Amino acid sequence: MLSVELAYWQQTLLRTVGVLAAVLLPAGALVQLFLFKAVSFMQSRLGPMEAGPHGSLQLFAEVGKWIQKEDIVPDRADARLFKLAPYLVVGTVLLVYLAIPFGPDAVFADLEGGIFYALAASSVSVIGVLIAGWASANKYSLLGGLRAAGQLIAYELPLVLAVMGVVIQAGTLNLQRIVTAQADGSIFGFGAIGLPFAITQIVGFVVFLIAMQAELTQTPFDMPVAESELVTGFMTEYSGMRFLLFFIGEFAAVGALSAVAATLFLGGWYFPGLDHDANYMNVLGPIILLAKILLLSFVVFWVRFTYPRFREDQLQKFAWTVLIPISLLNIVGTMILKVAF
Amino acid sequence: MSAVTRFLAVSDFLRSYLTVGIFAGVAIALVAGILGLGSLIRPTRPQASKYVNYESGVDPVGVGWSQAEIRYYIFALLFVLFDVEAVFIFPWATRLEAYGTFGAVEMGIFIGILALGLLYAWRKGVLRWL
Repeated sequence: MLSVELAYWQQTLLRTVGVLAAVLLPAGALVQLFLFKAVSFMQSRLGPMEAGPHGSLQLFAEVGKWIQKEDIVPDRADARLFKLAPYLVVGTVLLVYLAIPFGPDAVFADLEGGIFYALAASSVSVIGVLIAGWASANKYSLLGGLRAAGQLIAYELPLVLAVMGVVIQAGTLNLQRIVTAQADGSIFGFGAIGLPFAITQIVGFVVFLIAMQAELTQTPFDMPVAESELVTGFMTEYSGMRFLLFFIGEFAAVGALSAVAATLFLGGWYFPGLDHDANYMNVLGPIILLAKILLLSFVVFWVRFTYPRFREDQLQKFAWTVLIPISLLNIVGTMILKVAF
Repeated sequence: MSAVTRFLAVSDFLRSYLTVGIFAGVAIALVAGILGLGSLIRPTRPQASKYVNYESGVDPVGVGWSQAEIRYYIFALLFVLFDVEAVFIFPWATRLEAYGTFGAVEMGIFIGILALGLLYAWRKGVLRWL
């Protein structure tokens, strides 16, 4: 355990720096590594090559470009709500990271109802999206916002129900204890790799990943921003820095939900063979968790660049007639096995 | 006891939720900071045509808040039902070890009734695109 005692304001300062790094670092890495490069390689092209060696500074060039753009709020738009929406979308990502543990002591807040809080916070961004769609006073934006609302409420349920299996197994809502439960677990007495819940909760894990893809409105679930139908949906009227904020929010949210999935199903900041009480885990933990975040986000982008878009009715039907019944069965199955053994 | 010391004496439980408030402040500061940075650098050359709503390059027809048919209101009703269900399952899930078979049977009945509700909605045909 950590022996240094910090005053509350010092802890708060550390946490503030930490959460800014936790939001911006994965978001930047995802854009540079996956959106710029990985997708290009998947499509047999090189992607950005000019800014820096192999285009490695492209991200900074893009930010430099956005920062010089004029700030435009349409005359007809509801200006106050129009300006409020990016705050909600970016802010909720920060609040999701709050619950995620990065090491035995490296936690922002050790919330008793951690996972419950994280799921609740992540769903607030829907309100930001709906506000953006409504306030723009644009037909495309309104349709995009309504589609987003319909989609996000449909996939919120499988997301929440898929988590239930993990909660039953770990017997706690606290994310830190869910990590230690996985680190201390064993598979039929074989404890060398602990028990990542991805193994016992494989159904829950797959349902969670699909619902996550939909919650993040990534292709094949990107109808809210379907560019061939709705321009860019709820973001149509946004330009310059405000658009960049939605962009940051989108990719930071991929990182945040990947972090939640990694913590729930892949053992979080723990890696087999390490001592999960040791002090060095406070340094190694964040790196291990970042690696897992990148791994899961890669899956998100892999799917995004591989599959075509669903139709709106297929989307709703898939959530209600496939994912929800499966996740209900998963809860019942986990419950029976837990009581029987 | 002054107000400050009383504030500092709050339990760890509440203090962990105080972080939520602090982070909300950090979020607002972050977004305002990014937007502020932009406002220092970006140019401003107002022209009336820049502030017209985008509608595929032609002048917008009518008002932007056009009527849109919300086709999935029944889904929204079902969502409320199942979300409340989830709220009931969470506390039970953390205590299943203590409840044992009794808890499992109880929750089996609860989930069974809800699944019947979903099945009813399905057979009634409301899970289609209306």
